[in-house]
Amino acid sequence: METIILFAPLVGAILCGFGWKFFGETAAQWISTSLLFLAAFLSWIIFLTFDASAHPNGSYTVNILRWIESGTLSTDWAIRMDRLTATMLIVITTVSALVHLYSFGYMAHDDNFKEGESYRPRFFAYLSFFTFSMLMLVTADNLVQMFFGWEGVGVASYLLIGFYYRKPTANAAAIKAFVVNRVGDFGFALGIFALYLVTDSVKFTDIFAAIPDLQDHTIAFLWADWNTLNLIAFLLFIGAMGKSAQLFLHTWLPDAMEGPTPVSALIHAATMVTAGVFLVCRMSPLMEYAPQATNFIVFLGASTAFFAATVGLVQNDIKRVIAYSTCSQLGYMFVAAGLGAYSVAMFHLLTHAFFKAMLFLGAGSVIHAMHHEQDMRNYGGLRHKIPKTFAMMMIGTLAITGVGIPLLYVGFPIGFAGFVSKDAIIETAYAGTAGGYAFWMLVVAALMTSFYSWRLMFMTFYGTPRGDAHTHDHAHESPNSMLVPLYVLAVGAVFSGMVWYGSFFGHTDKVAKFFGVPYAEATEHGDDAAHAEDAAHGDDHAEEVAHDADAKEEEHHYNFAGQPGEGAIHVAPENHVLNEAHEVPTWVKLAPFFAMLAGLGLAYQMYIRRPDWPHKLATQQAPLYQFLLNKWYFDEIYNFAIIKPTLALGRLLWKQGDTKTIDGGINGLAMGIIPFFTRLAGRAQSGYIFTYAFAMVLGIAAMLTWMTLFGGAN
Amino acid sequence: MGNILSLTTFLPLLGAVILALFLRGDDEDAQRNAKWVALVTTAVTFLTSLFILGNFDASDTGFQMVEQRDWLLGLQYKMGVDGISILFVMLTTFLMPLVIASCWSVTTRVKEYMIAFLLLETLMLGVFMALDLVLFYLFFEAGLIPMFLIIGIWGGKNRIYASFKFFLYTFLGSVLMLVAMVAMFSAAGTTDIPTLMTFTFETENFSILGVQIIGGMQTLMWLAFFASFAVKMPMWPVHTWLPDAHVQAPTAGSVVLAAILLKMGGYGFLRFSLPMFPVGSEVMGPMVLWLSAIAIVYTSLVALVQEDMKKLIAYSSVAHMGFVTMGIFAVNQQGLDGAIFQMISHGFISGALFLCVGVIYDRMHTREIDAYGGLVNRMPAYALIFMFFTMANVGLPGTSGFVGEFLTLVGIFQVNTWVAAVATSGVIFSAAYALWLYRRVVMGDLIKESLRTITDMGTRERVIFAPLVFMTLLLGVYPALVLDITGPSVAALVVNYETAVAAFEAAAQFASN
Repeated sequence: METIILFAPLVGAILCGFGWKFFGETAAQWISTSLLFLAAFLSWIIFLTFDASAHPNGSYTVNILRWIESGTLSTDWAIRMDRLTATMLIVITTVSALVHLYSFGYMAHDDNFKEGESYRPRFFAYLSFFTFSMLMLVTADNLVQMFFGWEGVGVASYLLIGFYYRKPTANAAAIKAFVVNRVGDFGFALGIFALYLVTDSVKFTDIFAAIPDLQDHTIAFLWADWNTLNLIAFLLFIGAMGKSAQLFLHTWLPDAMEGPTPVSALIHAATMVTAGVFLVCRMSPLMEYAPQATNFIVFLGASTAFFAATVGLVQNDIKRVIAYSTCSQLGYMFVAAGLGAYSVAMFHLLTHAFFKAMLFLGAGSVIHAMHHEQDMRNYGGLRHKIPKTFAMMMIGTLAITGVGIPLLYVGFPIGFAGFVSKDAIIETAYAGTAGGYAFWMLVVAALMTSFYSWRLMFMTFYGTPRGDAHTHDHAHESPNSMLVPLYVLAVGAVFSGMVWYGSFFGHTDKVAKFFGVPYAEATEHGDDAAHAEDAAHGDDHAEEVAHDADAKEEEHHYNFAGQPGEGAIHVAPENHVLNEAHEVPTWVKLAPFFAMLAGLGLAYQMYIRRPDWPHKLATQQAPLYQFLLNKWYFDEIYNFAIIKPTLALGRLLWKQGDTKTIDGGINGLAMGIIPFFTRLAGRAQSGYIFTYAFAMVLGIAAMLTWMTLFGGAN
Repeated sequence: MGNILSLTTFLPLLGAVILALFLRGDDEDAQRNAKWVALVTTAVTFLTSLFILGNFDASDTGFQMVEQRDWLLGLQYKMGVDGISILFVMLTTFLMPLVIASCWSVTTRVKEYMIAFLLLETLMLGVFMALDLVLFYLFFEAGLIPMFLIIGIWGGKNRIYASFKFFLYTFLGSVLMLVAMVAMFSAAGTTDIPTLMTFTFETENFSILGVQIIGGMQTLMWLAFFASFAVKMPMWPVHTWLPDAHVQAPTAGSVVLAAILLKMGGYGFLRFSLPMFPVGSEVMGPMVLWLSAIAIVYTSLVALVQEDMKKLIAYSSVAHMGFVTMGIFAVNQQGLDGAIFQMISHGFISGALFLCVGVIYDRMHTREIDAYGGLVNRMPAYALIFMFFTMANVGLPGTSGFVGEFLTLVGIFQVNTWVAAVATSGVIFSAAYALWLYRRVVMGDLIKESLRTITDMGTRERVIFAPLVFMTLLLGVYPALVLDITGPSVAALVVNYETAVAAFEAAAQFASN
């Protein structure tokens, strides 16, 4: 079954990409789509029936074929199935299947292609190929196979961003995405090399088993000796930064919006960009022993969440707003993963996949309705024109901004998916950093998230129609093939948080069971500490109630107690962030909620009540506005500081190095020697061949003479 | 089957002789016959080489199917293959039919052209199979003559300059190698390669003109061989002949040059430098590693700003050969496996890339990147093939390009992390120049008037690419096909090398105490 899930998309891609000439475009699209639905169906079976306790260490492996084997380096094509993989499987196959379906409607007509051009089979083939690569990435049982998927999704992303190959901007964005990702891969690759050097293996099981012994190990890398595990974790994280568009390597993601919108939903929101988070979670046994590296992850994640949100505030392209939003949400996930709450990171990854894919597909529906107009300044008042899309976008917005009922707990909190998972991360951040930098950044980012999300809603669906009147008159609701995927994702955006709260962010024993990690009852001391905290915030009534309910169900607190490699994730026994996250003060639990309300209120004030404010504010604060509008000038700085000097250096090396210095020297020599030989040979044109043959014969003759003089060749 | 190696080696020569003696005239029929004779000869050669592969026992690390005869002047004619050389033999025989098929549209002096290629094949096969120093030298040097002719007669406008350059570089290298060979013979009293591989050349330090030579005679001999092989590879900074040679060579010539001839340098390092001069290699190894790392970054940067497609791919070849030399002089299992794999893989990929250039050069007669743009509009099949090999060239996992790069980097990381980090940065640059090239040539709208009527690849062209695509994918997905063969021989090489170096170091230790 695992093998079918993995290869169904590949078969679909091949049949669709190469076979459409034989059985027609529509049939080809159906083949790839139905194979994806098959994969999605099987994935759900696996996810729902997966019982971590039935397998040793909560995972099992399906071997497929030998791959690279050289000395002690040995890799197979294999599937590693555990809770992490199973979670990623449903995310990938579900969103991908829905995006395939959605593309029937979205890609039906496209002005970027001429009449009669067959672009649809190509599009579906790329989508299916992407899905295959992504599945390879998450099912890998070793780092090299993961790297295969890692680069494979990079290529698929490259192909899909550049899908409108006639558009120069699309081509540039495609190259940018690939090359920036390669910068990340540079770190990832070095991390793999270093891991092989110290553990003599690239297989996860071997690596995890070796990690406890490497705690105080140092490795000489470049100019200094480093703590091995910190260094490797850091190098691998550079890979994650590239793929997940974290600060400094984020510049490709907004540009990637040049691709068709279904691509943005699948690749640049729900799946590929989360690969970095998955990598950190997958390598949790390593991360747990790399405190400095994980501190860096938290810092960078929090900074990205903040940075991307600030830029999102002022963008006018509907897709770019959502792109920066994605970038920002990924920062949230990294904060959780960096703090050791891997299950929480995966939780947000899961819920985010649903509501962000939905927002993108909803935006696609708007764009479709508006004849490929993407500038929100030309939208307005669309809720009457496209009510179904509006309703779906509203659900997505409620989910991402984190709408729910705070402090109410009925075994799980009540609220949209984003409310549950994002608040979980913010609480984790408070617990993990003792209310430090990451926590405040995330709360402020939550405010801005709410603001730009509502701004998007208000500019698009409320107010008066702006822009081309003709386009507005002809705005139409999308076909069912586009709406049905939205409905399905809406279910996820509403319920996924509440349904899986216990499994990802419940009490330690629940999470541990879900991920197949051993756990143990907390020691006396730990219990006391927890009680002490309860007492400190005893004035909070709701929390009391919730805790009493818990206390009755299960009298005990638990801690993770597995060794690295036992279970899908590894949380060190002394890492109590998950427990502590449940014990944060009430004001912390309320903070994201009020941040959300503030963002909503501000957006309402600026875009509904006083639509003249934004413009005034922009003129008044022109430098700040320009700074944000130009995305903190990252592109300009990179262009000036990296790209231009690189090209100049290339030109310098070519003209000055190769042509002048090396060739100059050689030519000088040549002008002296060659004419001499050619004169000798008497032929201007083919003299050098003759010369060469002559020289060779001379050499052989000399050698033979030597040999006959000084003994035979025996 | 006692002389299967000789049979394979000289079959192409036989074809060349038949062409030379029996084919008369220069009309269309004669041209067609010449091509068919060459194609059939190379195809049969490939089939006979399959017997070599079939008879080969990978677990045996020695030379197999050895043939030995007395030759003139008391010299020995000795041929054999081991786990290192057999793959180069297979690469050569596999590619030559495709090379011949790729020059189907040539119309000038076809007979001679075919003879040159057939002759070249014999000489290249000889290089990889020769087990006698003199025989090796003969094949090694003679192989350049047909290549000179191919560039000099069927080449582009500047072919004379390119050939001069080619000549000068290789000539200087060869002279030094010849001197070293004479020295080897005088020291060991034999020209038998297997014997020389177990012979320990003098390693006692001495000084020339006040310069202390660590590793003594071995280091000097190593340097002499290095001069020749480094030019062939080509390594930075003696690489500048290659872009010019490629630009001037006809398509088929470029393919052979990139896919096979360059590998003679790498093969030389594996056959001579490491096993015969281990101490020399150990002493000079760090220098080679740095030259390789510089080559990877330097040539990638230069490739970034090229305006001529062939030159760009030629520089990319130099960068890829940098991975090879780096892997070889890491001298561990992964490095060496990776280096051999990279050479084989580069044979398919660079060959295919030059064929890709050839496809549009045949149509437009220009290699200027600026002359193209938007080819995908009229040439979708071409766009697909070119994309595939572009990705293989940047080392995408799943293609053979990845395995070699990955293994060499794994190998070097164990030896020198600085070099590893510099070389790994090559993956960024390679992506940049390869995709930038692809974008300028294939992507975009087709607006150039001259390209309006360009046609997609025909059946013949597709048939030529099919086996290359197949091999690139096959080796990328199942590299064990190569690694199972090289593994044992490489392991033996590493053990011998380490023993020799350890002995030298122990002696040095002893001397200093």
